[in-house]
Amino acid sequence: MDQEIEKNKAGNVTVIYQEFESWSVNKGDVTIHAKRMPGFFRTVKNCTESLWLLFFLVPYLRWNGKQAILFDIENRQFHFFDLTVLPQDIWMLSLLLLLLAMGLFAVTSVASRVFCGYFCFQSSWTDWFAWIEDKIEGPPAARRKLDTAPWSPEKLRKRTLKHAIWMAIALLTGISFSIWFVDAYQYWDDLLHLRLPLVGWVVLIMFFFGTYILAGMLREQVCMWMCPYARIQGVMTDSQTILPTYDFRRGEPRGKLHRGAEAAEGKPGDCIDCFQCVQVCPTGVDIRNGQQLGCITCGLCLDACDSIMDKIGRPRGLIRYASLDELDGKPAKKMYQHPRTLVYVGIILAALGGIVYGLTHLGSMTLKVLPERQPLFVRLSDGSIQNKYEFKVLNKTDKDVLVAVTASGGVKGQVMIGAGKPLLAHHGRGVSFTIFVKAPGENISQEVMPIRFRIQGVDNPDMAAEYETMFNGPKP
Amino acid sequence: MSEKHDVSGVPTTGHVWDGDLADFTNQPPKWWMLGLAASAVWVVVYWLYYPSIPVSTMGEHFKGFGGWTAIKEMEADKGAVDAVRGKFEAKLKDMTPAAILADSELTEYVKRSGKVLFGDNCAACHGQNGVGVHDKDGLFAPILNDDDWLYGGKIDNIHESIAGGRQSMMPAQKDLLSAAEIDTLANAVAKGQPLSTPLFAGKGCIACHGEDGKGMEAVGSANLTDKVWRFDSSVEGIKRTITYGVNSGDPMGRVAVMPSFKEAGKLSDAEIKKLAVYVYKFGGGKADAPAASVEAPGNKSGK
Repeated sequence: MDQEIEKNKAGNVTVIYQEFESWSVNKGDVTIHAKRMPGFFRTVKNCTESLWLLFFLVPYLRWNGKQAILFDIENRQFHFFDLTVLPQDIWMLSLLLLLLAMGLFAVTSVASRVFCGYFCFQSSWTDWFAWIEDKIEGPPAARRKLDTAPWSPEKLRKRTLKHAIWMAIALLTGISFSIWFVDAYQYWDDLLHLRLPLVGWVVLIMFFFGTYILAGMLREQVCMWMCPYARIQGVMTDSQTILPTYDFRRGEPRGKLHRGAEAAEGKPGDCIDCFQCVQVCPTGVDIRNGQQLGCITCGLCLDACDSIMDKIGRPRGLIRYASLDELDGKPAKKMYQHPRTLVYVGIILAALGGIVYGLTHLGSMTLKVLPERQPLFVRLSDGSIQNKYEFKVLNKTDKDVLVAVTASGGVKGQVMIGAGKPLLAHHGRGVSFTIFVKAPGENISQEVMPIRFRIQGVDNPDMAAEYETMFNGPKP
Repeated sequence: MSEKHDVSGVPTTGHVWDGDLADFTNQPPKWWMLGLAASAVWVVVYWLYYPSIPVSTMGEHFKGFGGWTAIKEMEADKGAVDAVRGKFEAKLKDMTPAAILADSELTEYVKRSGKVLFGDNCAACHGQNGVGVHDKDGLFAPILNDDDWLYGGKIDNIHESIAGGRQSMMPAQKDLLSAAEIDTLANAVAKGQPLSTPLFAGKGCIACHGEDGKGMEAVGSANLTDKVWRFDSSVEGIKRTITYGVNSGDPMGRVAVMPSFKEAGKLSDAEIKKLAVYVYKFGGGKADAPAASVEAPGNKSGK
């Protein structure tokens, strides 16, 4: 009430300046030393973050003597266990990206920034870096003290150890990223002998510094000022989205807990202003100010508040996952009444359908035939007309195949030259053949005639591909 | 000018609008300022490393401490290309054109890399991809992708044509034959049946074009019975060829000169070999022996 009166006194414009006084922006001037507390969401976060172990370990998995999952950029192949995807089928990657993006949107619209809080590499790596810091330098109070303390052998020891471990993780991160794209064991061999290719060194150094600086130094500043997804996700929530929320109806007015006097005075709000929620926050926000940019919805403040509520004998959930509707006392809508989520799910299903279709229709061979355009046709000395075709055959299997070429359509009496014996289609890469088709000049009835080529494996007739193109001739 | 705002206590720029509107002078985040400083340092380093000052003094310009030049970069890129081509080039240097043709990998290399060579040296007369070039008098230079060859279509014939050049001669007949005789001959040739008139043998055409009219590769005389024409297929065009000859010195005569690329010294032996294979692979090349033929059996003679 006092504030209201003061606002009116000061006039509307000045109110902006007044709000500015209490409006704090985390610009990274002060390092945030968050307290680590056990709890339900802490456990969830540990579990979800440990999924990143796959990032470190999966490249070492072997399958039939080769790396099980390998994005072989140099040879333009993607190996996934028995499956090999070539660049021609890379359109599925765009569907996969669409799927992941829509997955992110859908989850965000249901339960806000789940990705940020539980999965994001920035959050995860920062969390591990902070955990190491906690183990070496002690709890937040000790760390703050150490920050301001003058240099001493003890401080030097702690700092050196901490940074050394950070750097080791940063290096391992760079290595682990690289070995998704080249053979893992070969990479280690090259690395230990210091003979990586230039691009290998550049990637490693970029990831080393990227990890070390982003997770070690910048931390929550990345989420607040650098990451576009933080902002994008921020605007994807609406009043139906559940997010970590402080129940101000229950908590206010907040005030210190006075033992004994509580019953007599009748303390109105449940919030005892203990600041535990602020102290555990990895981005340093005060959730009691409402939903805000800095909140990555990791749920750690829920753990902190619940533990306090248990201690003072109040029900849990003063800070809880709740929608704005719920907080405003509006009836909670059902999930199916959230059209935005349904649209996302629809797109996800469509993309998924596309990927499934693609994977089940990969085929074992593709054929493209490019007719020569200069000249379109050649008149031979016996008066016949010859066309030249460039065959591009892609054999997607893992063995070389002999293929026979046949043609249908075209011109009566045509002869194929260059297809007399079966042609070799190497595995895993495209090969091209030149094939001529010669037709008697008197049989040519129009300038352009469709012709259909078919290639078929000699030993395995199941492998076949067709392509329709044109036979060009002079005006009859 | 800086003063503190009366309510917030934060320094402002000092400008006040509407009595109480002012701009705070809050610092941007520190990491942002560090980034700004780092980019300033980067600019200096970049300017010193590269030749970046666009002013010359005393005819000299600042060359940068990195020693970078566009030419060097181009040479390095060329080096990368040459490294890839090197192993093929080294191999085909000592091979005969026929041996290159027999090696499918080398043939593929020549087909892919020969385009520039052909474009630079041959396409001016023979057209891109050897489609032939026509001028107002008819076909200026022969089409290279058909199966009709004046001097033979085997790989060695083609190689010889490029290396040594070709120039034949057909004398002008204007003083030897009457207009009526020329007309008769031209009409017979236009139909592809030169033997249909006794003039063909009687007037000595067979000396060069052969008793069957199918030409002789040794002298580069045209096959008069096939469907491919060296200059012009019209009766008028044929008349002109007969009347004024080819390379006869007559101002109205036709000119057909293939220069020697070996003599010109512009192309290396390896490049001439590559061109021979490249031209052979246009589709008209003829196999040496009946073996693995790329060409159906048919017309064997040149024009």
